[in-house]
Parts: sequence; structure tokens; C-alpha cells
Amino acid sequence: MEIKKGIAVSPGIAIAKAMVINSQDYRIPRRAILPSQLDVELKRVRNAFASAISELKELEKSKSISESNIKDIFAVHMRFLRDRSLRKKICDLVKKDLIVAEYAVSVTLREIASHFASIKDAYISERATDIYDIEKRLLKQLIDSSNQDVEHITEECIVVANDLSPTQTASFDRRFVKGFATNTGGRTSHTAIVARSLGIPAVVALEDVSSVTDVGATVIIDGNRGVVIINPDEETLAQYEIYYEDFARLEHELDSLRELPAKTRDGVEISLLGNIEFPEEADIILDKGGYGVGLYRTEFLYLQSKSEPSEEDHYEAYLKVVEKLKSKPVIIRTMDLGADKVVHDNHFQVEDNPVLGLRSIRYCLQHMLLFKTQLRAILRVSAISNVKIMFPLISNLQELLQAKMILRDVMEDLDEYSVPYNPDIEIGIMVETPSAALTASMLARECDFFSIGTNDLIQYTLAVDRANERVATLYSANDPAVLRLLRNIVYDASKAKIALSVCGEMASEPENVLLLIGMGVRTLSIAPAMIPEVKKVIRSVTVQHCNNLARQALSMNSKRQVSNFLRDAAIKILPEAF
Amino acid sequence: MRPAMLFVDVASRFRSDIKVSNGDTEVDGKSIMQMTMLAATVGAKLKITADGVDAEEALEALRELVEVRQFDES
Repeated sequence: MEIKKGIAVSPGIAIAKAMVINSQDYRIPRRAILPSQLDVELKRVRNAFASAISELKELEKSKSISESNIKDIFAVHMRFLRDRSLRKKICDLVKKDLIVAEYAVSVTLREIASHFASIKDAYISERATDIYDIEKRLLKQLIDSSNQDVEHITEECIVVANDLSPTQTASFDRRFVKGFATNTGGRTSHTAIVARSLGIPAVVALEDVSSVTDVGATVIIDGNRGVVIINPDEETLAQYEIYYEDFARLEHELDSLRELPAKTRDGVEISLLGNIEFPEEADIILDKGGYGVGLYRTEFLYLQSKSEPSEEDHYEAYLKVVEKLKSKPVIIRTMDLGADKVVHDNHFQVEDNPVLGLRSIRYCLQHMLLFKTQLRAILRVSAISNVKIMFPLISNLQELLQAKMILRDVMEDLDEYSVPYNPDIEIGIMVETPSAALTASMLARECDFFSIGTNDLIQYTLAVDRANERVATLYSANDPAVLRLLRNIVYDASKAKIALSVCGEMASEPENVLLLIGMGVRTLSIAPAMIPEVKKVIRSVTVQHCNNLARQALSMNSKRQVSNFLRDAAIKILPEAF
Repeated sequence: MRPAMLFVDVASRFRSDIKVSNGDTEVDGKSIMQMTMLAATVGAKLKITADGVDAEEALEALRELVEVRQFDES
């Protein structure tokens, strides 16, 4: 039994077998195989060599490889890959120690590399890097093929990985994934967001969980306490089975709130909407008593396949959601990816600072065809539903005007072909950059609604990468700078009489729900699984009390002071939420 | 690395078993892994043996590479 402590990012308890995903630059764990798996493992070694050879052949052919020293390096790699005695050495190790192919490859090549490195002749010792490259080449083949296995999960499991990319989470069969445990990440990293939206427990920042967990080992994820237990003993397992039941009962209690309105004790109604990433999640919103979709992220369409999504791909994905939601509102956010994530972009140039680079609306405005394809699909769906369109990462008025102009172009195209759409479709923007927050009064005149994306707003305002553990403590929704921007946005929206919602993480944290209501926010869009809990918070407070809290919070001068103050207030109102 | 590569390329043209030894260590002359592990630096004395139908041609070709052409390095 091994107990690991990390950061709890999505509540709940899960008990299932581990599905371990390796990532390219990570230490390869020693994993045992059964004698009956030996043939499969040896075949994996042979296949890895064969595919590495064909990949190298392709690389040699490509025009960019014209420099002779690179050619020489490839020639050496090729001879190593074709060396039968190397392959035999690896296979022998697999047989002798009954270990996975990855580990045998890694050990064998590192042994050769360290032999080189130990030789006094500088020319030879420097050749160790060539051997590491060959190791990488082989591992890449082995890991790529096992990553594909992830797409074919057929039984309940807990996904254990170094980190999960949007591409990976988009490819899971979500019926079977019961929890996540990752080495890196923080409260607002992608893994955490996906876990919360799926309503499954997750613990991140576990350092080396992916290398100490064997494939198929029993794993317990305690998403309430941030603990992961690998190979639990019987007593622990029995204990956790009880916790699991208790937690399920609590969930059930919250579900009883489903039909009740999200109204404060003094009768003010708060709209609770859900953030979704995949069409299937729309069901969870309805199930949990949500009023509509406040944020439909569309990035999965761009990540799921290797080619650009077609208008029909978009249309079908949107149709699935609006059919479920009927006349309820669905806010579709246009593509919000960095250029580095757009897999089918062959012209992509590496950026030093992608977070501040060509991404999201900026990318769309430069890739008109890709943008128009999505807009056409959204407009077509608008003919039969209550969809609204939302542009992300607007950082100045011109971007909004340009995006609206393109939308009008697309409308004219549709008119020409007599394709129906809603000409009065509501247009909104994500307010998630400090520049948008500071110019909210200007932007408000040009759109129908604001949605405050607090995750990015906090990151850009405080200049903190929320996924970097070393500075993550600087990231806080309660920083006085953030509170001042929020106050400004709410004020400008209400002055312009446009709708406003908050769709970042903070909208689902009980103490911040009090703060937001106190600041005048009346619509929250949150992870569907959190709707019952937030509804319970809303039903326990009065707007008047929240107003007082917000006023006091705004007068404080440190994030810690604000956090402690709000937490104390929330505990008094709703002790069981903590 | 390049000399080892050239040596293995030449050795692999022949059907005979080709062994190379440096002191007590003997390796397969057709395996780049084993040849590079032998780690012979300039001036090392290597013993090459060939056993098979084309053993003599093999030795002659390898002598040419090592002694006459000196791995095309000079």
C-alpha cells in the first residue's frame, strides 16, 4: 500500500484499476508482466524497431534534412535500429526480468549510453547523446501505441498520468473513466477542469504517481482530501468503500434540491448555468437542475481529429446540445485555442510566449475560413434554438468590431442561399483580459452580454501561470487587484444594461459565490456537477448579507485577508460545505 | 561513431562471421552496438577474425578500410 498526497481539485471518491499513461519525456517506470504476456511484449519490441525504422526513413526523405551532419546522425541511428544484437539484448532482458518493453529499451540503451559517457575520449563520450536519441525514438513508438490504447478503454478505470493534455481527455470514453491522478497540475489546470465538469474525483500535483503505479493496480482517489492510495490493504479498502457510500448519499441529498429554485432567502433569483466541454455533458446540467449552458467550449472539435472540423462536424455537435436544452439558452464560445494546439495548422510557428501569443480570437481573425466555418454552423443552429455566440479573449474594441463584421459577412452568405438563422442572435464576449475589464464600458456598447472568465482574468492580471506550482500561491480570485477589476466590469455592464455572468472557477467556490452575489452578479456558469452545491449556498444566504461581505472585502488590502474573511463568513452560513 | 558505422557496413557485406577483439573483449563485427561498445580509440590494436565461405575477401576488405583508407578520415 502506498499513500500519496496531492492537491484535491475535484471532489468525490473513486475506487478502480489504474490505467497509466506515459508521456514522452518522463521517466519510464519498471513494470512487471506476467509470463503469459511475454509474447505480446516481445512483439511490441519488434514492432517498435520496425516502426522506428520506417519513421526514420520518412524523415530522411523529407527535404529539410539536407545538412550532412544530420544525415550522418540518422545513418548511425538507422544502423542501431537494424542491429539484431541490440534487439536481442532488449528481448533477452524482457524475458529474463519479465518487464515491459519500455523499461527494457530504456535500461539497455541507457547502459550503452553510460558506457560511452564513461570513456575518457571526448569524441566517444559525447556520442552518449546519440544513444539517448535512439532510446527516445523507440520509446516514442511504444508510448504512442499504448496511448492509442487509452482511446479503447473498455472497463472502469482511474487514469494515472504525468499530465493530461486536452487531446487526451477529449479521446477518453467518459463512461469508463472514474477518476484522474496526475503528477503535475493545479486547481485550474486542464485536468482539474475536465474532472470537475465530468463530476469525477481528481487529485493532481502528486509528483511521481505515474511512475509508482502499476498498470491494473487498485487505486483509490480521495478527491475530498487530496489523497491517492495505491494497492490499498483490505482495511483501507473497506474504509473507503464506506466513504464512497457516504459521499454518494450526500450527492443524493443535494439532488433533492433539483426542482427547487436557486433563490436567496430574501427572494432574489440567481441563474445557474453549466459549463460544458462535450455535448454529452448537457445531460448532466439538466440532471443537476441547471438552467442552461453558460459556456459551451468548442475546442474538442479541433482536438479530436487530425483534420480541421467541417461545418457539419460543428453543426452536429451544437445540434446535440440544443436538442437536449430545447428553448433554454446555450452560449457557444468560438474557438479558444493557442496556435500551438491547432494540430492541423501546418504553418504553425513556435512562439516564445504562447499565452500572450496568437491564440483564440486573434487566431480566428487571422484564419478567416476556419472562423467562418464555425460561425456558419452556429448561425444555422440559431434558427431552431436559443443559442448565443461568445467571442473569447477580446482584448480591445477593434477585435470585437472585426469579429462582428465577419459574423455579418457570414449572415449575408446565408441570406444568399436562403439558409435560415436568427438575425437577432445575441453576441457576447468573454471579459478575461485586464484591457477588456478596463474598457468594459466601451465594449458593453457593442455587445449583448459579458461573461467574466475569471481563470484567465486572474492569470493575466496577476501575471501568474496558474499551472506553475512554484508561483501558484500568487494566483487568487481574492486579490484586491482582481476584485477591483470585477467591480468595474459589473458596474459597466449594469450601466449599459447588458447581461453579465461569471463563468470561471471562482463562480463555484462557496465563499466566492457570496462575494459575487454581493458585487451584483446574478448569473453564474459553473461545472455541471457543482450546480446542486452552489444552489444550496444560494438558498442559504440573503443578498443584503452578501452586499455587506462584498463591501468589506473590497476595503481590504491583501488576498489573504479577503480569503480568510470570506471563508469565515461562509462557514458560519453553511458549515457543511467545508 | 562514423568509423564503427563504416566498419559494420563493410563487414555486413560478407556472409562470414566476423569477430573483432580488443584485448580480452571480443565482439560481433556486424553489430554497431557491440562495435561502439568496444570503444577503440586511435592507436588501439584490434584483432579481426573471419570465419566462413568468404572469410578471406572479408578480411581483405576490412584491412583496406582500416589500414589503407584509414576510414577515409585522413
